[in-house]
Amino acid sequence: MKKIIVAVAGNPNSGKTTIFNMLTGAHQHVGNYPGVTVEKKEGLCRYKDCEMTVVDLPGTYSLTAYSVEELVARNFIVDQHPDVVVDVIDASNIERNLYLATQFIEMDMPLVLAFNMSDIAERKGLVFDIEHLSRLLEAAIVPTVGNKGKGRIELLDAIIEAARRPRRGRAHQVYYGTEIEDEIGRIEKIVAEKAKQLAQKYGARWVALKLLEQDVEVTAKISSSEVQDAVRVSIGHLRTIFAEEPETVIADRRYGFISGACQETIKTTVESRHSASDTIDAVLINNILGLPIFLLLMYLVFVLTFKIGKYPMGWLEMFFDWLSVSISAFWPTGSESWLKSLLIDGAIGGVGGVLVFLPNILILFLAIAVLEDSGYMARAAFVMDHVMHKIGLHGKSFIPMLIGFGCSVPAIMGTRILENRRNRLTTIMVIPLMSCGARLTIYGLIIPAFFPENLRGPVLWLIYLIGIVLAIVCIKILRLTVLRGETIPFVMELPPYRMPTLTSVCIHMWQRGWMYLRKAGTIILGASVVLWAAMSYPKPASDVLANLGPEQAHRVRLEHSVVGRLGKAIEPVLKPLGFDWKIGTALIGATVAKELFVAQLAIVYAAGRADQGSQTLREKLQQNYTPLTGFCIMLFCLIYAPCVATVAMTRQETNSWAWALFQFFGLTALAYVVTLITYQVGSLLVS
Amino acid sequence: MELTKLRPLSAVEAGRTVKLAGIEAGQGLRSRLLAMGLVPNVEITVVTSGGPGPFVVNVKGTKMALGRGMAHKIMVV
Repeated sequence: MKKIIVAVAGNPNSGKTTIFNMLTGAHQHVGNYPGVTVEKKEGLCRYKDCEMTVVDLPGTYSLTAYSVEELVARNFIVDQHPDVVVDVIDASNIERNLYLATQFIEMDMPLVLAFNMSDIAERKGLVFDIEHLSRLLEAAIVPTVGNKGKGRIELLDAIIEAARRPRRGRAHQVYYGTEIEDEIGRIEKIVAEKAKQLAQKYGARWVALKLLEQDVEVTAKISSSEVQDAVRVSIGHLRTIFAEEPETVIADRRYGFISGACQETIKTTVESRHSASDTIDAVLINNILGLPIFLLLMYLVFVLTFKIGKYPMGWLEMFFDWLSVSISAFWPTGSESWLKSLLIDGAIGGVGGVLVFLPNILILFLAIAVLEDSGYMARAAFVMDHVMHKIGLHGKSFIPMLIGFGCSVPAIMGTRILENRRNRLTTIMVIPLMSCGARLTIYGLIIPAFFPENLRGPVLWLIYLIGIVLAIVCIKILRLTVLRGETIPFVMELPPYRMPTLTSVCIHMWQRGWMYLRKAGTIILGASVVLWAAMSYPKPASDVLANLGPEQAHRVRLEHSVVGRLGKAIEPVLKPLGFDWKIGTALIGATVAKELFVAQLAIVYAAGRADQGSQTLREKLQQNYTPLTGFCIMLFCLIYAPCVATVAMTRQETNSWAWALFQFFGLTALAYVVTLITYQVGSLLVS
Repeated sequence: MELTKLRPLSAVEAGRTVKLAGIEAGQGLRSRLLAMGLVPNVEITVVTSGGPGPFVVNVKGTKMALGRGMAHKIMVV
């Protein structure tokens, strides 16, 4: 069996993913390109006597070095030498889409063009002379309809044919006009002589062209001063001739090459001026209606995720309860097996606690996939951009932040819709400040304990508001310091609206869901076990426990454990915030999952299980703390260290422990400062 | 002749079609715009103008949203 590598490239919105799905079906593997936060999708496809590894390159308009995605795509081509590049072209918008193809032509890659959504092009009245166009571009052209699976066999045949054909160089290159060609020729010669390695790897003509375009990456690779001088002279020369940057002229010539090829081969039979998309846009991005419609849709997504997700979540909870009970049935009642405790309190408690969110995550990603595939996501960014721009973020950042009110984990995964790394990192860093569902359980315990009926609503609202205000402040600070850089000017394509297909939406949803599952089985399982051990060991001597009831015994055990001791050790640090060691212990435990705070507090107060005993727990809290301390607990819980799942997710999505730890400690420091000020000022005012 | 006067895209009202004369932007942004089809002399039709938000234009059959700051930097005739 012959093994070949096929790279799938294309513009954003060209239906590239549908072609990738069509080729690989469900056999996909999602990961990241090493060192960057660009999603890498790979799949296998067997056809005839070939085994194809199909790699989905990031969607790009070009192959410059100005965005991570483009650089990733370019480096993949240069370093991995795929046997064939399939460039997915939106057949209803050939000219713009062929721009990327010209760059594969420049790199002399065996190229297959998939004229995707050819049904839409046909409806638009476009008629192609495919044979002729194929000859002009020296690439096989296959009409496809990715979301209906049309053209699969033809595309596979074309790929195999392209891989088999010996590489013999192209008959005609993109011609840039005499003036530029002269300079290319001049630099090409010097490059071939002075930068042999580079010329061998990339081809001298391509290097020369990139140098004239002032490509930062290629320019940085040139150490020979002769090449540098020659390039400088050439660029200066071209600037005087054209009164434009050479790059602009080169881009113009590429478009010239394309329209030359298209003029003879593409005909429009119907003149359509106003499309359905324009009509829909008149409503959806309307100056007055746009924002309310967006907010309404977001509200719907939110409700869907957490209201409908509640039911399967309940079933999963029931399942894990049943699992705990069944497992503990293996031991005689009252036995103190460490294995039992590890399985039930550690593994099931930890992983189960995270897995119950799977339905929410699946629904959320289903909704996002529908919004993305339909073309609405681009409009959402458009509508929110004005507001988000003021705090230095892209309009799209709003969506993951909103999701953060449900759970930080899917929210951080949701930042994948942001293309710009700086934007994405900033958004990820502040997502934990959006009060998630788990923290609501803490507020639910504290607020009724310390605040009268009529103040409860406003206090809860205040806590959420503080989170939002702090997020805005943090974004501002991050954008001025570590994540400085000009706000990316807003340029975005508004793709035509399309009906999302069930398969592509489901594949999207499943890929993300699977990543979540895999993480629950690895990082979260590990962390849960570590925390379980820290909460269970060392054990007090058995004679100490002899005369205690089960609840007291529980408390003594926790006090004796690493976590209990840690809680006591940090008491002096927490004192200025008005917290004692009991709160400290609960705070440490809550880093696994914030809802554990309540359970932990219940244990230290020996108040039995949180759900049954919250009334007594509240009474105990009232006896021990002031409303100010209560408020400070909520404040601290709102801001401090994100839970283990969030840390793991941040690590995965940013591909760096540094960012995850920065978030962890940064937020904890922020929590400390804010709570300290609140408590100290509050104490002064109260006394 | 009003049509031959150089002006920023942001000054063009909705419904008008103009020609691109130049982009006053850094290299990164320029190359992005070039790739999206904003080459010299290309026809730009303004779809939505006015309001505080981005600007919607049609270039080579593609609808694009541009930030208002961007629309100031694109010079057209």
